[in-house]
Amino acid sequence: MLKLSRYVLYDILRSRVIITYTLFLFIVSMSLFQLEENDSKAILSLLNIVLIVVPLIGMIFTTIHYYNSYEFIELMLSQPLSRTRILMSEYGGVALSLLSAFFIGVGVPVLLFAFDETGLALLFTGGALTLVFTSIAFLASVKARDKARGIGAALLLWFYFALIFDGLVLLILFAFSDYPMEKFTLVLSALNPIDLGRIFIMLKMDISALMGYTGALYKDFFGSNTGILFTGGIMLLWIVLPLWWALKVFRRKDL
Amino acid sequence: MIRIENLSKRFKKLQALDDINAFFSTGQVVSLIGPNGSGKTTLIKSILGMVKADSGIIYVDGKKINGDPSYRGRIGYMPQIGRYPDNMRVGQLFRMLKNIRKVPDAALDTDLLVKFNLASIFDKPMRTLSGGTRQKVSAALAFYFNPEILILDEPTAGLDPLSSEILKEKIMQEKRKNKLILITSHILSDLDELTTHVMYLQEGKMIFLKDIETLRKETGQEKLGKAIAHVMKGGKKEALWIDEVLALKETDKND
Repeated sequence: MLKLSRYVLYDILRSRVIITYTLFLFIVSMSLFQLEENDSKAILSLLNIVLIVVPLIGMIFTTIHYYNSYEFIELMLSQPLSRTRILMSEYGGVALSLLSAFFIGVGVPVLLFAFDETGLALLFTGGALTLVFTSIAFLASVKARDKARGIGAALLLWFYFALIFDGLVLLILFAFSDYPMEKFTLVLSALNPIDLGRIFIMLKMDISALMGYTGALYKDFFGSNTGILFTGGIMLLWIVLPLWWALKVFRRKDL
Repeated sequence: MIRIENLSKRFKKLQALDDINAFFSTGQVVSLIGPNGSGKTTLIKSILGMVKADSGIIYVDGKKINGDPSYRGRIGYMPQIGRYPDNMRVGQLFRMLKNIRKVPDAALDTDLLVKFNLASIFDKPMRTLSGGTRQKVSAALAFYFNPEILILDEPTAGLDPLSSEILKEKIMQEKRKNKLILITSHILSDLDELTTHVMYLQEGKMIFLKDIETLRKETGQEKLGKAIAHVMKGGKKEALWIDEVLALKETDKND
């Protein structure tokens, strides 16, 4: 497995996209910490960037990489290697490079300037989101027949998770505003890893005090160990399930 | 060595393989012949596990090919169109596959590597190679690991006459080592001196599989090309197997 991933990693490093991505994250994080006087304000701005940029770049990069390494995959298929191993090596290589880009680009500045619970929560969320969206992108590219469809599907999924889902939640909350919805929204948040990550970090910040009763309820839940386990567990499901589905499709695919 | 039972594969509207039954054993050089789109490449890819058949079973050395991929370690495959990772250098490609197959240096067959003088282009990236040079790389790779089974899909297409001769000479040499060799080609004169058996496919159906001597006797033609042309025109009705061919064609028309 690692042997194959090494070749995948080598190929990724050659294209320099990952290095640009790392630099971009690093420059943005550093300048936010330099510009804002209050470090927790900087974390808040950084949070918004992490929640939008990390899933987007993760998905686009993964899909493009998948289609670019189609020849490699084809070549490997005629060798004595199982399909599971081939796809997992691809996943390993892509996930590892995206994760290192994130931990160098955002992790180093955060550890330097805001090494506290909120900072660590941000790093945890960013790392988890990277893996989640790499998994989802693998599923989209394995299922789609050609490059255009694959990238299109990845973009649509990103739109859904980053923008459309929030609108739907608002709509639901508005329509049922007469009922107590606190517990229900908790369940809703589990359906979108980006939302889950946002709530998880927000409640570690001071501003959560301004969020009224719901905020208090959430803080009670997410602040406890159960909350951390819940977030971790749901994130893990979001990583494993799409990848497992992608593997299932890939194993039956004609290449 | 390879046994195929009731193999069928359908791509949307196209019946690529229709109930194929065949048996190939060591020491045979089997030519897969048939018009374009008759299912030759699909058959080859099914044996390699790259195409998943709808029904039917393939055994390699008595073992079903589903599941354990290790059987592919005994097969050398030369694809019709060799597609390789663009950025990889020729030398890296050979090193990588050596690494994956874990074959000791002493067991490697570098004959074609030397004869095609590929060492001189070891540091060239794959994307800069011409079609013919790619074919040479594909051929050298197929023979590199000294496999017991060789599957060559249009091996001489795109090669210059000199290289084509070298490759044919190499195939003869391997034939003498009692290996099983499957070849598809449209250049029947190339196959003439090599082949021991002919498998004729048409629209996914196997029309016949017989050894070359019988074929020559039945058609009264010495040259393979002429014999096949004979079959395709449906001449010489007294030969039993040609009657079968015609019967098949007629039932097709009645449908």
